[in-house]
Amino acid sequence: MSKNIITVYLRGVIFLMINMINVSKVYPNGSKALTDITLRIEKGEFVFLVGPSGAGKSTLTKLIFREEQPTRGQLLFHGKNIARYKPREIPFLRRAIGVIFQDFKLLPNKTVSENVAFALEVIEASGREIKKSVPEALELVGLSNKADAMPAQLSGGEQQRVAIARAIVNNPPLVIADEPTGNLDPDTSWEIVHLLQEINKCGTTVLMATHAKEIVDGMRKRVIALEKGRVARDEERGAYGYED
Amino acid sequence: MLTVMRIRTIGYFVREALKSLNRNSWMVLASVGTVAVSLIIVGVSLITVMNATYLATRLESNVEIIAYMKTEVNEEEALALKKEINKIPGIAKLQFINKDQALQEFRRELGDQKNMVDALGGQNPLPHLFKISAIAPEDVEKVAGALEKMKQMEKVDYGKNVVDKLFAITKWVRLVGIVVIVLLGLAAVFLIATTIRLTVFARRKEIQIMKILGATDWFIRWPFLMEGIVLGFTGAIIAVVIVDLSYVTATDYVRENLNLGLFGLQTDPHFLMALGAAMLGVGTFIGALGSSISIRRFLKV
Ligand SMILES: Nc1ncnc2c1ncn2[C@@H]1O[C@H](COP(=O)(O)OP(=O)(O)O)[C@@H](O)[C@H]1O
Ligand SMILES: [Mg+2]
Repeated sequence: MSKNIITVYLRGVIFLMINMINVSKVYPNGSKALTDITLRIEKGEFVFLVGPSGAGKSTLTKLIFREEQPTRGQLLFHGKNIARYKPREIPFLRRAIGVIFQDFKLLPNKTVSENVAFALEVIEASGREIKKSVPEALELVGLSNKADAMPAQLSGGEQQRVAIARAIVNNPPLVIADEPTGNLDPDTSWEIVHLLQEINKCGTTVLMATHAKEIVDGMRKRVIALEKGRVARDEERGAYGYED
Repeated sequence: MLTVMRIRTIGYFVREALKSLNRNSWMVLASVGTVAVSLIIVGVSLITVMNATYLATRLESNVEIIAYMKTEVNEEEALALKKEINKIPGIAKLQFINKDQALQEFRRELGDQKNMVDALGGQNPLPHLFKISAIAPEDVEKVAGALEKMKQMEKVDYGKNVVDKLFAITKWVRLVGIVVIVLLGLAAVFLIATTIRLTVFARRKEIQIMKILGATDWFIRWPFLMEGIVLGFTGAIIAVVIVDLSYVTATDYVRENLNLGLFGLQTDPHFLMALGAAMLGVGTFIGALGSSISIRRFLKV
């Protein structure tokens, strides 16, 4: 019996990246973004989070990197309840999560390589580490030749690659992408998703919120569908399943 | 978690602080200027109060009455008067100084400029005089009054008037100084807080990204704090330079052109150094306070 509890616990720590138990989120203005969400994401998974606009996808991702806090329920990251993180520990939670947004969120007055280096600077990495890791990350996203360009000189797809390089430059175990292809044309979107797939193959867990039906249907990965703040479906090798 | 702050991190903070100072140059000018002006007033008031206090204590330590006789009174008449004076109640010590002694003493006090006396060509324009100490400071006025009534006296001098006036002046300087300093200090803190607020506002996007990338709260705060400190410190340096230069010029002028002897300005280098250090300290504090206010109110980390 007690052995069983220990096994369950260790399983949570060793295999589970995210474990949400009856999580609800009501914003201060009363809007119910998430209701009673229970789901588990294991290490190394690639997960699509789909659903119509307003379904609660962004809110769910924000709960994971603690931009927002659940109103009810528990959210365990690596087996640790993130509500228990003290304010001064939150930065260290965030260093374990690379986040990518629809609008890239690059700094316009820094070059490509400075934008990527910024992620290491703010976590006080050494100069040696920065010199080594930044070119590696740019190489991975295929932008070595644009290291000194300014973001404004790049296409949308290239800007998103910079954002991806910045998200992974310190090797986080989890990457969250909130509609990363929302501003991109279909071909570029596929390139971005393939890049995320590459990153996933290297062992990084990827959670991608998206509207892009084609991509979800084409990838045949796990799909979690949200509707009005509830989990409507959770399928391995799933499809988008909406006509919107 | 207790990592020593890396050199490159400190470099980063300084760089960021300087960059944004460059951006809000008008606000920078206003805040540095206000810090400088308020600290100049602090410096000048402190110098005035210090000098007045110094002068007052020097004067007070010899609250003795000096009674100058009329020049036509000769030495015998003066000595005869000594018995008379001794009858005045409240006198502790009575010393007669004839005019030759007085001239010698005057020469000594003149120091470098004793050739002024030689220029008199053997003439002695000084009167005979008495130095009188009262038993108690309260008696000084009474004794001086009694002396003034004697017809042989030209003039009776005692320090009390001067001391009282000096204390009145220092009190006034202190009061006005404190009010002005407090008001200007508040203005300086407010201007620095506003400058930092503009920076926080200009960089809110960057701050949001830093948070998502896992920067600690203090990592985000430091450049803003640094910016305020740089503002305060720069204002203070300007003030120190201005106050010190003008004070040195003033003391030189007083020494060379106004022969005040005992009443010269205090020219202690330790005093100037302590004053400078205090001003730099206050300036830095004003800067840190101003930016802390804005960081608390506008930097939600
Ligand atoms: N900061 C917020 N304050 C109040 N309501 C919010 C906030 N963010 C999102 N919401 C509401 O929560 C619901 C879910 O929003 P969101 O998570 O952004 O959905 P999605 O990303 O799937 O479009 C919506 O009804 C939205 O209006
Ligand atoms: Mg969204």
